[in-house]
Amino acid sequence: MITLRINGEDKTFDAPPDMPLLWVLRDVLGLTGTKFGCGIAQCGACTVHVDGKPLRSCLLAVSAIGNRAVTTIEGVGETPAGAKVQKAWLDLEVVQCGYCQSGQIMSAAALLASTPAPDDSDIDAAMAGNICRCGTYVRIREAIKRAAAEHQA
Amino acid sequence: MMIVEKFAQSPTRRNLLKSGLAGGILLAFHMPVYAANEPEQAPDSTAGKFAPNAFIRIAKDGTTTLVMPQVEMGQGVYTAVAMILAEELDADFSKVVLEHAPPNDKLYGNPVFGIQVTGNSNSIRAFWKPLRVAGASARAMLVAAAAQQWKVDPASCTATKGEVLHPPSGRSLAYAALVDAAAKQTPPQNPPLKDPKNFTLIGKPLKRFDTPNKVNGKTIYGIDAMLPGMTFATIAASPVFGGKVGHVDDTAAKAVPGVRKVIVLDDMVAVVGDHMWAAKKGLDALVIDWKDGPNAAVSSKDVWEHLRAASSTDGVVAKSRGDIAKGLSGGDKFEAAYELPFLAHTTMEPMNCTVQLKPGSCEIWIGTQIISRVQGTVAALTGLRVDQVTVHNHLIGGGFGRRLEPDMALKAVRVAQHLDGEPVKVVWTREEDVQHDIYRPVYRDTISATLSNGRIAAWKYKVTGSAVIARWLPPAFQHGIDIDAVDSAIDMPYDIPDFHVEYVRAEPPAVPTGFWRGVGPNNNVFAIECFMDELAKRAGKDPVAFRRDMLDRSPRLKAALDLVSAKSQWGEPLPARVGRGVSVQPSFGSFIATVVEAEVDHQGEVHLRRVTTAVDTGIAVNPDTIEAQLQGGIIFGLTAALYGEITILNGRVQQSNFNDYRMLRIDQVPKIDVHIVKSGEAPGGIGETGVTAGPPALRNAIYAATGIALRRLPVDREVLAGRKSI
Repeated sequence: MITLRINGEDKTFDAPPDMPLLWVLRDVLGLTGTKFGCGIAQCGACTVHVDGKPLRSCLLAVSAIGNRAVTTIEGVGETPAGAKVQKAWLDLEVVQCGYCQSGQIMSAAALLASTPAPDDSDIDAAMAGNICRCGTYVRIREAIKRAAAEHQA
Repeated sequence: MMIVEKFAQSPTRRNLLKSGLAGGILLAFHMPVYAANEPEQAPDSTAGKFAPNAFIRIAKDGTTTLVMPQVEMGQGVYTAVAMILAEELDADFSKVVLEHAPPNDKLYGNPVFGIQVTGNSNSIRAFWKPLRVAGASARAMLVAAAAQQWKVDPASCTATKGEVLHPPSGRSLAYAALVDAAAKQTPPQNPPLKDPKNFTLIGKPLKRFDTPNKVNGKTIYGIDAMLPGMTFATIAASPVFGGKVGHVDDTAAKAVPGVRKVIVLDDMVAVVGDHMWAAKKGLDALVIDWKDGPNAAVSSKDVWEHLRAASSTDGVVAKSRGDIAKGLSGGDKFEAAYELPFLAHTTMEPMNCTVQLKPGSCEIWIGTQIISRVQGTVAALTGLRVDQVTVHNHLIGGGFGRRLEPDMALKAVRVAQHLDGEPVKVVWTREEDVQHDIYRPVYRDTISATLSNGRIAAWKYKVTGSAVIARWLPPAFQHGIDIDAVDSAIDMPYDIPDFHVEYVRAEPPAVPTGFWRGVGPNNNVFAIECFMDELAKRAGKDPVAFRRDMLDRSPRLKAALDLVSAKSQWGEPLPARVGRGVSVQPSFGSFIATVVEAEVDHQGEVHLRRVTTAVDTGIAVNPDTIEAQLQGGIIFGLTAALYGEITILNGRVQQSNFNDYRMLRIDQVPKIDVHIVKSGEAPGGIGETGVTAGPPALRNAIYAATGIALRRLPVDREVLAGRKSI
């Protein structure tokens, strides 16, 4: 049995050690907000925070996490940066189909937590790993700037 | 506002509506606005409520449920449909709840197709009038009920925000209090519709219903369906199109922890496990000997040779006016050919379907653009009656035409046929999704034209490609013409005296083809607008001025072109190797002019600098959504122009995932300014318009920057770097 600290709660479950966190979250724990997009860390849809750092859960073996804290889209609203990002996403109506947006929000929240006033190149660096097929990139950029402005206020 | 995620969309479409052929489809379809007692209606959905038609249910607690005939896949249609219904109903928009429509062509069929289809950018065009009538009719019944109770003339009453008012006496009654009385009223045949100047919802940038749960992980897409006792499966179809399974060694697969079952079918294998990881590891561990079959030798070279050979033959005449032979015999004659590749859809939500198949019933959880076709094809596959097949539709993680097909549901049901009644979620890997798509066809278009006094005198345009319509909607394929493939070729904005369009049907070897966001106009607009720039250069004219002089028949498009040239600083100086390109299109009933500004570096790489677009889409139901759709559509189109190509080697797709089938990313995307022209015309389509606008404008920007006239996509960096000739 493995125990992980996820969104502030200990979750104990049985899974093979090489099983990526993505499938543990989705198929074992029923936390389906974290999305499967590519399985090879190319699209960012599966992004979660591990001790605050954005990681692609599709290639992150569950045995490699140890006692580090996992935060998913279901819990990121409890963090100041996550809440600001979610609000900015709604204020600017970023979302279209929404399937990639869990990952976009996780990447943006991690960016704001580490870089409170990101410039365009910071945004490019932090967000270029997250594909959006609907093409919401223009509004994602605006929303990160909006969230950053509120973050500092 | 909330969405209840349970269940409760040319032959343009313009040409289709005009033509006799479309008339047949339309006549076969009756829009039963008043059908609350139809047995197809889910009974719990209407019991004790005022349910005057298929779209509206008002409960005694005031909850107003609006049933969505079109599916939400990010385009914002749920919100727009709700706005139209609520506008004429004078509902309290803050108390509106949305429901997905169940499968029922009779109640919820798209008036253009006669079946439940969300596609072709026609949701709002097709449903604009029926939804307004539905809302106005319900409102009239509520007003009549209140007037009866007050014993006053209904004409002396009014309604607003879910209440009937009688201004002379100051009385009011909430719709909730009128549920029973309104249900007894006779629905009016031709309820008066609002004068657009009195709209209170339509035209406002209202917040979307579907977005709050998409930022906190709560939205349940089809791929998120979870059921007690569920198993998880993933599949592999023959890597060669049309191939079969030979021998399978499943010894290693069965040893993978969590693998429950290996299912070997004639053309695919599936591994069922406790979770997707077990299923995927199990699938990877299978040793499969495929029987490749007759397509094993087919490669892209064969596809292009086949297409080019077909393109050299005469086509079926789709439209002709003037004297094309005479027109092409004089003046300065010019010809070019344009080619577009196969494309995959790569919706962010990979193909998936959850099935529970028991004796006498089949339950499906899916996100689909064709709910009733899923139900019908599953019934045919299983031998069940249609009413024994339940389909739960979900918000969709990207459609783009891919979910206009039922194949993912049928494959999942075939897996479930080998289980013992437990639910199974079948999820495709991204590799399976890319390599077993139903692809945007390859096209080759040839255009010949003559110039006279700086204007086009004659224009002969031949479209060669797959007839998706012939497979997908056979009654609409008539006289050998795919109405979609020639849609924007026929519906061309420029004023040209001698005009001729032909179509050659050419089905590619091996590769299945289907609709892809932008559909036929993607190809037509690209060829036309690229050729226009080459003609402008030949005529010695500025590309905007050359187009503008021939747009007298299309004042809405001319106005959009004038607006975009002003907003994009058209004509102002640019650095070396930077160019602006323009495209115009009247496709999908919207009039759009777009300017892309791009730089081509010495390595042949293209850098987007700025995009400006101006759109007259008629009444802008939700302008915020329209801006978003234009921005996103342009990025979708530019992604294909810069990267998109599926190639075939030995009967197999060579691309597999986002590493080799690339997407534009945020660091490559510039500012995209959208300017909406105020209009009182009926709404046009919007979901696909940006997609068709982007590629020709980009190509023309590259042409302006380098003088190189690319004639096929995607953009060839080798050519732009001067390492390869066109």
